[in-house]
Amino acid sequence: MAKITFDGVEVEVPDGTTILNAARQIGGSIVPPAMCYYTPLKGSGGKCRACLVRVAAGSAKDPRPMPKLVASCVTPVQDGMVVENTTSEQVLNVRKGIVEMLLINHPLDCPVCDQAGECDLQNFAFEHGVSTTRYQEERRTFEKIDIGPLIQLHMTRCILCYRCVYTADQIAKGDRVHGVLGRGDAAEIGTYIENIIDNDFSGNVIDVCPVGALTDKTFRFKQRVWFTKPVNAHRDCPKCSGNVVLWYKGKDVLRVTARKDEYGEVKEWICNECRFEKKETADWTIEGPAHIDRSSVISANHYELPVLNQSVVADLPESTQRELAKNPPLKLG
Amino acid sequence: MGRKLLTEHINVEGIDTFEVYRKHGGYRSVEKAIKTMTPDEVVEEVKKSGLRGRGGAGFPTGMKWSFLAKPEGVPRYLVCNADESEPGTFKDRQLMSKLPHLLIEGMITSSYALGANTSYIYIRGELLYVLRILEKAIAEAYAAGFLGKNILGSGYDLDLHVHPGGGAYICGEETALLESLEGKRGNPRNKPPFPAVQGLYARPTVVNNVESIAAVPVIVNEGGDEYAKIGIGRSTGTKLISACGHLNKPGIYEIELGLPVEEFIYSDEYCGGIWKGRNLKAVVAGGSSVPILPTELILKTAAGENRLMTYESLSDGGFVTGTMLGSGGFIAMDETTCIVRNTWNFSRFYHHESCGQCSPCREGTGWLEKVLHRLEHGHGHMEDIDLLVSVAKQIEGNTICPLGEAAAWPVAAAVRHFRDEFEWHVTHAKQAAQPGAVYPGAAVLA
Repeated sequence: MAKITFDGVEVEVPDGTTILNAARQIGGSIVPPAMCYYTPLKGSGGKCRACLVRVAAGSAKDPRPMPKLVASCVTPVQDGMVVENTTSEQVLNVRKGIVEMLLINHPLDCPVCDQAGECDLQNFAFEHGVSTTRYQEERRTFEKIDIGPLIQLHMTRCILCYRCVYTADQIAKGDRVHGVLGRGDAAEIGTYIENIIDNDFSGNVIDVCPVGALTDKTFRFKQRVWFTKPVNAHRDCPKCSGNVVLWYKGKDVLRVTARKDEYGEVKEWICNECRFEKKETADWTIEGPAHIDRSSVISANHYELPVLNQSVVADLPESTQRELAKNPPLKLG
Repeated sequence: MGRKLLTEHINVEGIDTFEVYRKHGGYRSVEKAIKTMTPDEVVEEVKKSGLRGRGGAGFPTGMKWSFLAKPEGVPRYLVCNADESEPGTFKDRQLMSKLPHLLIEGMITSSYALGANTSYIYIRGELLYVLRILEKAIAEAYAAGFLGKNILGSGYDLDLHVHPGGGAYICGEETALLESLEGKRGNPRNKPPFPAVQGLYARPTVVNNVESIAAVPVIVNEGGDEYAKIGIGRSTGTKLISACGHLNKPGIYEIELGLPVEEFIYSDEYCGGIWKGRNLKAVVAGGSSVPILPTELILKTAAGENRLMTYESLSDGGFVTGTMLGSGGFIAMDETTCIVRNTWNFSRFYHHESCGQCSPCREGTGWLEKVLHRLEHGHGHMEDIDLLVSVAKQIEGNTICPLGEAAAWPVAAAVRHFRDEFEWHVTHAKQAAQPGAVYPGAAVLA
């Protein structure tokens, strides 16, 4: 076990845990944002640099600070490590810079984007970004790529988090047709020469996409997500667990997605049959309203505050207290 | 003229063949190491020599070797980084094409020291002709019993492979190189774990530059202490400098570290001064990614001491008034050079070569290039100059691999030292956008 101090809160985690997961054990708004890291996907993380934190003391053995900010999602903890996230001015400034970088080539077409309302980039930019831009150049654009009858790839919105690539590789194990072509800012996600990912689990790439680059063709332009009501439901599916969220508008099921945890990570992968074909209430056993943790507009009227799992110690640094006061967590126990 | 340790026989007729190379004392270090030394003794000699990585970072090679994890029963690898693609650096190409056996000798001795039974030379894809030279030389070494099973009857086996890259600058970054060598897309890995623990095929791996490995035979033959006598302080031995730009005699020079920069530029033994009788304006001392310095700062440090060709002297003053020795790509620019255009050109390169994996580098390199393009072509604004500095700062230190820094440093340094020229590109936009326009000096701005 390793004991680390994250923004003044002590937490003990098993060796080899990443800093980000240690912070998630504490919970609340001091958890660094993550745009590319995805716990169920092996090899993900380290790319978006949204979760950069400052390591003020490397370990109990070697208490020197690390020279550069580190990506908390891929850096394992050491016993005695002291990490600064919201308590470090430097980290917050760098994060602003990361938002700016992610947005300069993003089309900002939220008004017509199906992801709006449940978009990680939207949340990230809203929480950490500035409202103006210094970018005057032309934005990079791509042609829409057709990757089959069910999934739309809109590369212009992509932030190259590679999550869908890992999903196609690890979950929807097929012919490895889905990958990254080109490099630099010309890099694009694609199925080489417009191939179709032919796999029962290919629809999961829609759920893992943090932005609106991969969307569900059966749901596109049907409804803004915040006008739909999420309901937990299950069915007896021979391929997957069958545990899903149905998104209702009136009596109609507009779309089906996997259930996600508070960090937007899928709990159980679902198959394409559940996702795209079972759109009648009669197909499902309804469990009750789904719980939306994240601060997206979907939960605008049934909002809950982030949960702080750890009992908060009295002598938190002032900046942590300020951060928590803005967004007071619910205390458990 | 200083001593030449690597390139002494470079002009001998037929030195690229095994017989001639052997006649000139080749492969002595292999015999000495395998027959009379233990692997640890070889590592100790390299440590004593103070040899520092010649690829750019200048990390002590012996120390790197001693960090290599050595779990029982797990193979280890030595990989030679011959993916030399930094603009301004062309020393390894020359070394490999003229003296292929020197690199192979170094690979055998180094592999023996590290206990590696399979080693790789990862060579830049564009250097296909060099690959053929190396493959021919390796075949000769196999035939002579210096490679393969039971080398010189010692029971030590080594297989050496040459592997060409696809021609991407990013594959010169050691973890991207390993990915590429494994047959994957050349994206740098997140560190930790470092290659010394989990490198090629997740096995402990050492990645060294061509020139570092080529220096090992000399160190083993002459002894680490003898090697350390050359040079000044922690900069020991000789270094290949590939000098290019507006010089009378551009080319590759093997210098003893500690040579004054002024002597290197102006002495007839070396570059022979600036061409066409012009004056020196600026120097990029270690390949395109290190900060550019104006004449007064490259010849003398901020404290007024003579600048020397050493790791320490060149980085004296940090990045405010100093630079780095880097890979030894020495680019000299005369007074007719437009610094903005030059910076734009460097930026264009890094924009093109960014792997696109992490966001600050992917987006930032393109942004820098576009702003510089605008300034150079007469569409810039005053606030663009500060924007450049700010964007460079947002990239620096926040990326997975050093390519981000390599893209940010030259831009930040150019603005730091040549701000008036950037401003002239805004105030005299039309004039500056003309082809071949030359900044006439600070006087016009007053």
